[in-house]
Amino acid sequence: MLLIPLLPFVGFLVNASFGRRASKASAGGVACGAMIGSFLVSVAEVWRLAAMEPEARAIAERVFTWFSSGDFTVAFTLRLDPLSAVMILVVTGIGSLIHIYSTAYMHDERDSEFARYFSYLNLFAAFMLVLVLGSNFLVLFVGWEGVGLCSYLLIGFWYQKKSASDAGKKAFIVNRIGDFGFVLGVLLAFVRFGTVDFQDIARATTALGPETAFGTLSMITLLLFVGATGKSAQIPLFVWLPDAMEGPTPVSALIHAATMVTAGVYMIGRNAALFSHAPLTLAIVAVIGTATALMAGTIGLVQNDIKRVLAYSTVSQLGYMFLAMGVGAYASGIFHLYTHAFFKALLFLGSGAVIHALAGEQDLRRMGGLKHDLPVTYWTFLIGALAIAGVPLLSGFFSKDEILFHTFASGHTLLWVVGLLTSLLTAIYMFRLVFLAFYGPRAEHLVRDTGHPAPSTQHPAPSTQHPAPNTQHPAAAHLHDAPRPMAIALIMLAVGSVVAGYVGRPQVLGGSDWFARFLEPSFSGTVAAEVAESAGLEGTLMLVSTVVAMSGIGLAVYFFLKHRDAADTVAARFAGFYRLLVHKYYVDEIYDATVVQPIRIVSEEGLWKIVDARVIDGTVNLVGGVVAGSSEELRRTQTGSVRAYAASLFLGVVLILGYYLWR
Amino acid sequence: MPTLGDYLLLSAVLFAIGTAGVFVRRNLITILLSIEIMLNAVNLTFVAFGRALGSADGQIIVFFVMTVAAAEAAVGLAIIIALFRHKESLNPDSFTMLRW
Repeated sequence: MLLIPLLPFVGFLVNASFGRRASKASAGGVACGAMIGSFLVSVAEVWRLAAMEPEARAIAERVFTWFSSGDFTVAFTLRLDPLSAVMILVVTGIGSLIHIYSTAYMHDERDSEFARYFSYLNLFAAFMLVLVLGSNFLVLFVGWEGVGLCSYLLIGFWYQKKSASDAGKKAFIVNRIGDFGFVLGVLLAFVRFGTVDFQDIARATTALGPETAFGTLSMITLLLFVGATGKSAQIPLFVWLPDAMEGPTPVSALIHAATMVTAGVYMIGRNAALFSHAPLTLAIVAVIGTATALMAGTIGLVQNDIKRVLAYSTVSQLGYMFLAMGVGAYASGIFHLYTHAFFKALLFLGSGAVIHALAGEQDLRRMGGLKHDLPVTYWTFLIGALAIAGVPLLSGFFSKDEILFHTFASGHTLLWVVGLLTSLLTAIYMFRLVFLAFYGPRAEHLVRDTGHPAPSTQHPAPSTQHPAPNTQHPAAAHLHDAPRPMAIALIMLAVGSVVAGYVGRPQVLGGSDWFARFLEPSFSGTVAAEVAESAGLEGTLMLVSTVVAMSGIGLAVYFFLKHRDAADTVAARFAGFYRLLVHKYYVDEIYDATVVQPIRIVSEEGLWKIVDARVIDGTVNLVGGVVAGSSEELRRTQTGSVRAYAASLFLGVVLILGYYLWR
Repeated sequence: MPTLGDYLLLSAVLFAIGTAGVFVRRNLITILLSIEIMLNAVNLTFVAFGRALGSADGQIIVFFVMTVAAAEAAVGLAIIIALFRHKESLNPDSFTMLRW
């Protein structure tokens, strides 16, 4: 089992050490080989796990004793149980596809950059695997911080671009704020339970009853949740994720789909027993999740950068997962995580193919009419969009529906309504994306160089090519569909997006909800919410959300396919609200004004100009000055006359002796 | 028969004379001689105490002091010769270069 995180890590070491001189084929080959190998080992291990008795499904492997102090010992132990089994399959499976895709996407980079990229990618996967396999908080924390580091490295991959390195720093710093809460939570858990092992903590909490008021458990879980909001981009720490779009597109796919942002959801799922004993925290988790889902959904509605739309969509979907965690539907949350990994990776990679084809163009307004030129991309993207929108019989439908059902069934009607509204928004903004990018008239500046009939060739406007700093394509855009490695990844993900949901098909639709039952042992010890399991209710709710998804798509068809002016009219009608959305609720500005600027001012005016320049430097200079001044006077006693020295010596001896004699 | 007190008194007087010589005289060789007087005053004290207490320690220390004093005289005189070659003077007040 150690091989699972070790293989990508070895891939990282090889590429980091020898990648500079390696060719692209060998660097990419090593990285992909490591990931695929890791995937195969994962499959074998999960197979072994599945063969066990359902109740006893867990494989623990103690790698070494990390440290031991008194009777407190922390071992570097990897533990595979149903929950981590799902996670490693997602991470290695989707990760492998993203690696394969990247070999084509990053082909324009220099050899050394190419190897650097793949070494980071491998390191990212290795840390994520450590995170999901760790059997205690400290091992998890190693992975937790590791993915934070790698996200910084990868978002700022094009470090010569100011915005990219800024985005990397922002991601790192915002994550650090969350991690602070996380560390405090772990420490508090240690103080409370005397252990950091997940199993022991779960056992200890199971012995306790659920907390009715705000107590230690609530505090622990709340602090852990702060960590989760940072990693999984929830209110108030979601601001880094949209900026993370500065990184290469496959990185966005990796961060958003398979790794990193799922860490927070996973962490709550891993500590389901602990969280379920703190109903207060759970309520907060649910509310924050829902609020995030709604907020990000509305912002996604008006963004014009293809990747930013997807980024806000990720934030919104993560909100769903937290909603599921908050209402106690842990399996549903993980289920959504798992299906989301497929279609969100697909959507990102699809958008990457579009960007690749358009030589770095990311603005939706400059796209359009790509349907015929990029058939593979178009069809796979469409499948992804249908899946995320919750169209029946695709994977997103099952998982999203399950969350909404559990929300409704556990009595959170308001949250359910908001969730439904968000689902409507999801359908609208996804299809807005599809229609703007693939339908409609071609943006004028894209000059076609092939003989295909093009709708806009009557305007062969001079190529006012948007500067594309991150690619080395010639200025004239040469439209081409996804190259083979990219196409393979897209098609496999599309297939996954369609079928992945069937493992969790609910009873209503003739399934057995196998996924939830598989995960059950991982969530033992949770306090079950009284859920009114009623097939009729679930069927009705499904119908409702299907109608909502369909009407969302219908609205998108109306506004962005048939009557594009109508969308502008609506935007003009609600100009204030529209501006609010375009500026993302001014959250960045508010943070800048309330957090960044005060810190800057205090640091610059207070800490630097007063504390550092005056107090600290002043103290140091004062000490030096006093010594120098007193020495200036004292050196006058050095007359050079030996007899004077002897006299003073004698006088001193006489005085001391006299003192002792006449005392 | 002189008592211990008499010896100590004599030695104190000798020591005072030596000290006064060191401070008052302006000749390096005389100063060196004065130091010898001080050393011997101390020697006298040691011997007197040694006898009064019936111990040989005082006499042993006196031998050490005499040895060191001989070495000191050799080194001191050598330094004085070197100083004299430098300044053509034996007045200690003319050697005050080692100062601020």
